[in-house]
Amino acid sequence: MFPVELDNVTVAYHKKPVLQDISLQVPEGKLIGIIGPNGAGKSTLIKTILGLVPRASGDISIYGKDYKDQRTRIGYVPQRGSVDWDFPTSPLDVVLMGRYGRIGLLKRPKKADVEMAKAALTKVGMHDYAKRQISQLSGGQQQRVFLARALCQNADIYFMDEPFAGVDAATERAIMTLLAELKEKGKTVLVVHHDLQTAEDYFDWILLLHLRKIAFGPTENVFTIENLQKTYGGRLTFLKDKVLAEGHKE
Amino acid sequence: MFESLWLQLQHPNTQWVLAGTLLLGTASGVLGSFVLLRKQSLIGDAMAHSALPGVCLAFLFTGQKSLPFFLLGAALAGLLGTFCIQLIPRLSKTKEDSAIGIVLSVFFGVGIILLTYIQQQGAGSQSGLDSFLFGQAASLVRQDIILIAGISAVLLLLCIVFFKEFTLITFDLAFAKGLGIPVRFLNGLLACLIVCAVVIGLQTVGVILMAAMLITPAITARYWTERLTGMIIIAGITGGVSGVAGTLLSTTMKGMATGPLMILSATLLFLFSMICAPKRGLAAKAIRLMRLRRRTSREQVLLAIYEQYEKNNLCVTVESVRKKRRLSPSLCLKALNDLEQERCIERIENGIWQITSKGIEKGYHTALKQRMYEVYLMHEMELANIESDQDYFDPDRLPRETRERLYSLLKLYGRMPERRKASHDAEKGQIANEF
Repeated sequence: MFPVELDNVTVAYHKKPVLQDISLQVPEGKLIGIIGPNGAGKSTLIKTILGLVPRASGDISIYGKDYKDQRTRIGYVPQRGSVDWDFPTSPLDVVLMGRYGRIGLLKRPKKADVEMAKAALTKVGMHDYAKRQISQLSGGQQQRVFLARALCQNADIYFMDEPFAGVDAATERAIMTLLAELKEKGKTVLVVHHDLQTAEDYFDWILLLHLRKIAFGPTENVFTIENLQKTYGGRLTFLKDKVLAEGHKE
Repeated sequence: MFESLWLQLQHPNTQWVLAGTLLLGTASGVLGSFVLLRKQSLIGDAMAHSALPGVCLAFLFTGQKSLPFFLLGAALAGLLGTFCIQLIPRLSKTKEDSAIGIVLSVFFGVGIILLTYIQQQGAGSQSGLDSFLFGQAASLVRQDIILIAGISAVLLLLCIVFFKEFTLITFDLAFAKGLGIPVRFLNGLLACLIVCAVVIGLQTVGVILMAAMLITPAITARYWTERLTGMIIIAGITGGVSGVAGTLLSTTMKGMATGPLMILSATLLFLFSMICAPKRGLAAKAIRLMRLRRRTSREQVLLAIYEQYEKNNLCVTVESVRKKRRLSPSLCLKALNDLEQERCIERIENGIWQITSKGIEKGYHTALKQRMYEVYLMHEMELANIESDQDYFDPDRLPRETRERLYSLLKLYGRMPERRKASHDAEKGQIANEF
C-alpha cells in the first residue's frame, strides 16, 4: 500500500486543465521533490491531494483509503505568503493550531498539546520567540513556525509548499535537518521546490511536473538533461551548466 | 447640565436605551474584530446597506411595525447580499470589490424605492420606517431591548464557544480545511453571526452608519494588543463605551441622534489610540524612529572618527566626518555633541575635537562588530547556523569557531581594526581576551 496514490487525476480551472492525467505511486519513507516551471501545477497537485482544490476526474488514495479518513496522518505546510502575518497572535498559538485536528471541535488545548507545540518550536530553533508577535518574525522564522506547526500534527505524510522560497541560509539548513529527521523516522515528505541547483542534493526522489507527469523516480534516474528539457522546454541556463558538467565527467 | 443628565438617567426609558446601546456596542465590537481580520470591512458595510429592502419587505408582508420581523427580514436580505458578493466573482471576471460596490448600491437602491413606496401608501404608523436609515435609539422600547440583549448574548456566547475554530479559519483557511475542520459550516456560522450583529444595530445606528460600529472598535483595539483574545475584549469594551457615550451625549444635547454620536465617540477613541497607543501608535513609532536615527548617526560618526584615528589623524571636525559619512551637518553636529558628552571625544577648540582613549576603545569595538558583520554577510552561506540567527548581530553570541573564522577572514581582508594606543585600556575587554 502506498502512502499516496494518484490514478489518472485531472484538475481543471475555468475549463482549462491544469493537471492532466497524473498517475503516481509515492513510495514510503522518501524525500520527494516536486519540480517544474512556474505554472506547472506543483502547488495545485498538493492542494488536490489535500482536497483543497476539486479534481475533475481520477482517484486519490492515502494509504489505500479516502483522504477524508486519513486526515490525521497528513501534515501540511502552506506557502508562507498565504496568511496575513500581521494577525494578532504568537508563534506558540500558531503552532498549537497543528493540534486542532486532534483536539476536536469545541475543546480547549490541553497542557500536553502546549508542551508538544513548545517542543516543536524548540526543534526549529524558535523557542525564544514563542510569545512574540508573528509580524516581528523574519521570512525564514515564519517558515520555521509553519514547519513546527506541521510537526505538531504528528503525521505520517508531509506536504510542503515551497518551504525554501525566500528563506535565509540558517532556515534552509534547519529545514534540511528537519527533513532528514522526518525521513529517518520513516515519514514520507513531498516538497514543492523551484530551485534546480539544489534539487539534486536535497531529494531522494523527484517528480518532474509540467501540467502532466514528465518523470517520477529516484533522483539519479529522473534528473537527466533529457527529462529536464522536456519539463522546461530547454530554455534554462542551468541546463547548459549541467550539460557541460556531464560532458566533463565523461 | 449634569443635573438634567442625572434626571434623565432616572427615567426608565433612558436606562433601557442605555442598556441596549451598551450590549449592541459590545457585540458589534467583538464580531467586528473577526470582520476586520478577515478583511471584510466592506462586506460589513454592504451587509448593513442590503438589510434595508429586507426591513421594508418585512413591513409590506406583515403590515405592522414589529422589530422581530424587521430583524428577520434584515438578516435574510443581509445574508442574500453577502451571498451575492461571494457569487459574483465566482461566476464572472468581476473582482470582489466591484461586486461589493454593485451589491451595496443595488440593494440599498431597492430599499429606498420600497421605503418611498411605503411612505406614499400609508398613514402615520409607517413613517417610522425611515428611522432605519440613520437609526433612532429613542424609539427603542422595552421589548426591543430584550430582543437585542438576547441576540447579543447568544452572539457573544457562540463567539466564546467557537473561539478556537473562528481564529483558525480567520488566520489560515487552507490549513483549517486540511485539518478536516468543518470550514463551510463555520464560515457560514460566522457570516450569520456578523449579519446578526449588523442587524441588531440597525434600529439604533441605521443602515448607513452601522459598518463603522462594526469596524472602528476593532481597529481601535488592534492598537493596544498583539493577542486576539485581548483584541476582542478591548474591541467589546470600546464598542460598549462608545454606545453608552453616544447615548449620554444625545440625552444631554436635545434633538441629537444617538447613532452618529456613538460613531463619533468610537472614532474619538480610535484617533486617540492611533496616536497614543504604546508600540503601535504613531507617537511611539515616531519616537522609536527618532531614537534609532540618533543612535545610528552617533555610531556612524564614531566609526568615521575611528577610521580617521586608524590613519593617525586625530583632529575631528564636522567636515572631516562628513567627508566619510553622508550626514546632514546638523545631525552630525548633534552626534558629535552626544559623543563629547559620553567622553568619547574632547573639544580642543570650537568646532574641533580629538578622540579620547575611551573613544578609541568604544570605536574599536564598534568597528570590530561592524566589520565582523560585513564579513559575516559576505560568507553567510558558509557560516550561517541557527543559533546566530538573532534580530541583531552580536559577535559575543556567536559560537567560538564562527567567531575565530570571522577574525581570520577580517585579517585576510585587511579589515581587522587596530588597537595601538588603546591597548593598555582594553586589556579587560572581552574581545581582547580572545587573542
